[in-house]
Amino acid sequence: MNQWTTADDHKRVLMRRRIDFMLRLLFLLCTSIGIVALAVLIVSIVVDGFRYIRPELFLNYPSRRAAQAGMKSAIVGSIYMLLMMAPISFVFGVGAAIYLEEYAKKNRATRFIQLNISTLAGVPSIVYGILGLTIFVRFFALERSLISGTLTMTLLVLPVIIVSAQEAIKAVPKIRRDASFALGADKWQTVSRAVLPSAMPGILTGVILAMSRAIGETAPLVMIGALTYISFLPSSLKDSFSVMPIQIFNWISRPQEEFHSLAAAGIMVLLALLLLMNFSAILLRNKFQKHI
Amino acid sequence: MNSRTRIRLQAGLVIALLLLAVISACANNATNEGATPSPTDTDSPAETAQLSGQIEIDGSSTVFPIMEAISEEFNKEQPNIKAPIGVSGTGGGFKRFCTGEIAISNASRPIKDEEKTSCQEKGIEFMDLAVAYDGLSVVVSKENDFVDHLKIDELTKIFGSENTAKTWKDVRPEWPAEKILIFSPGADSGTFDYFNEVILDKKGLRSDEAVSLSEDDNTLVQGVAGSKYGIGYFGFAYYEENADKLKIVPIDGGKGPITPSRDTIKDGSYSPLSRPLFIYVNKKEYGRPEVRAFVDFAMDNVPTLAEEVGYIPLPDEKYAEQKAKLK
Repeated sequence: MNQWTTADDHKRVLMRRRIDFMLRLLFLLCTSIGIVALAVLIVSIVVDGFRYIRPELFLNYPSRRAAQAGMKSAIVGSIYMLLMMAPISFVFGVGAAIYLEEYAKKNRATRFIQLNISTLAGVPSIVYGILGLTIFVRFFALERSLISGTLTMTLLVLPVIIVSAQEAIKAVPKIRRDASFALGADKWQTVSRAVLPSAMPGILTGVILAMSRAIGETAPLVMIGALTYISFLPSSLKDSFSVMPIQIFNWISRPQEEFHSLAAAGIMVLLALLLLMNFSAILLRNKFQKHI
Repeated sequence: MNSRTRIRLQAGLVIALLLLAVISACANNATNEGATPSPTDTDSPAETAQLSGQIEIDGSSTVFPIMEAISEEFNKEQPNIKAPIGVSGTGGGFKRFCTGEIAISNASRPIKDEEKTSCQEKGIEFMDLAVAYDGLSVVVSKENDFVDHLKIDELTKIFGSENTAKTWKDVRPEWPAEKILIFSPGADSGTFDYFNEVILDKKGLRSDEAVSLSEDDNTLVQGVAGSKYGIGYFGFAYYEENADKLKIVPIDGGKGPITPSRDTIKDGSYSPLSRPLFIYVNKKEYGRPEVRAFVDFAMDNVPTLAEEVGYIPLPDEKYAEQKAKLK
């Protein structure tokens, strides 16, 4: 009797181990698909584009000759947009998150706003392009300019920033707030000195990730009329502009092979910028975490 | 607490409004500076006088490389004139052209009647200038060893929606009974519009599972190159760059099979699939010295520049005809 049970147990344990092993393999496979895809992408791009990573790529304007073509106007356009978008979307996004988390009463209206914001975070980007075209380009008559593009992209990233900032604020322990109130602080003092510093790493990560999304977007900017060939840098908010993804798209649709390699080089620059932004998100997070 | 919250909210709103006001004020100032053409000598030719200002150009992605080359060269002579170029497609370009937003519209087909009407409604007069030829090239895979040439009615049968040939055997009895795979530019492109007009009699492309559409000609190249029984068409430059992967099909337009080449497209013998590419110029805008300088420069230099980016220049006398339209 005893003998029999042990054998059965043994078999069951073996079976469990086998299942465990299979699942482990399965999950490893899931993880590696992403990594392998990324590796293949990066390798093929680097092989194609490496020889075009040269000063001209950053210093020259687009050209009909691949040997001379650069993406100066597109890089500068992307960076200008980023520099304007970051403060605007930070102020409005974090402001909205603070209001919703700290001030707003938890009633039906708030829930309705909340639902809207979550929905907006998932709306396809081309829809924001149409919105931007209607509001900024036509209604505010800002024309097809850098400022229209920036404001449209701000709208695009706002919901994402609001939601992630809200999560960060929610994650601050109630004890911190209670301690602050117990010391006689009022609401704003509590929010600005107890809650926000503690939530800042999460908020910044959210903002930077949202910016990374914006910098790779093409569709809404094509909609509001970002240009493809541009041989000057925007000198005012109402100047026309171009961004990196648009330049890359143009090069990749050319018939000549050299332009495809040039596009690969452009993709490398874009990827490097994205990595740089993600890296700075990590740095900022670590820096703020130490201070708390 | 509640009233305090409200006050803060109001303060926030005021600040936001102020911000918006400042932004739009800055923006307005900026345009005023930018848009004013400098009062340089208008009667001396463009080569000498330095002009400034901005010329808005938009439209077809097919014509884009030509205009990019022109704008690039023009900027060497006139560094203060900004001539950026957008790619909204031929239709999108005409839409902006007929609201007066842009001075020059690039088009890979002539303007349509309804587009003409909407231009007229806005009181916009224009000049149409042919700048180069493109030969729509019909191609099959390198592995395809039976197609030697195609007649127009055979093309219609392969691509058309009526009486469609499903297999190559339906086209000519001696060809294999293998399913034809179609690779065509999408319905929004000027390339399709042209093909639709001269081959399909405006009846549209067949629509079944054998058809793959793409707005990206490089995708079409890969599609045809990779399928033994596939057939597709696109601009000549895309064939030229991929001649090692594709087999070009000579087209019989009634005078025997003609292979598209720089010569047959230029002298018009590759008919009817060689098409002219255009720029449309707003007449009122042409009155601006910087636009005039740009368009004149374009027409003087387009033969060499178009050829450099993969298109075929018109015969010299045709260019003279186009230039005669300028006034």
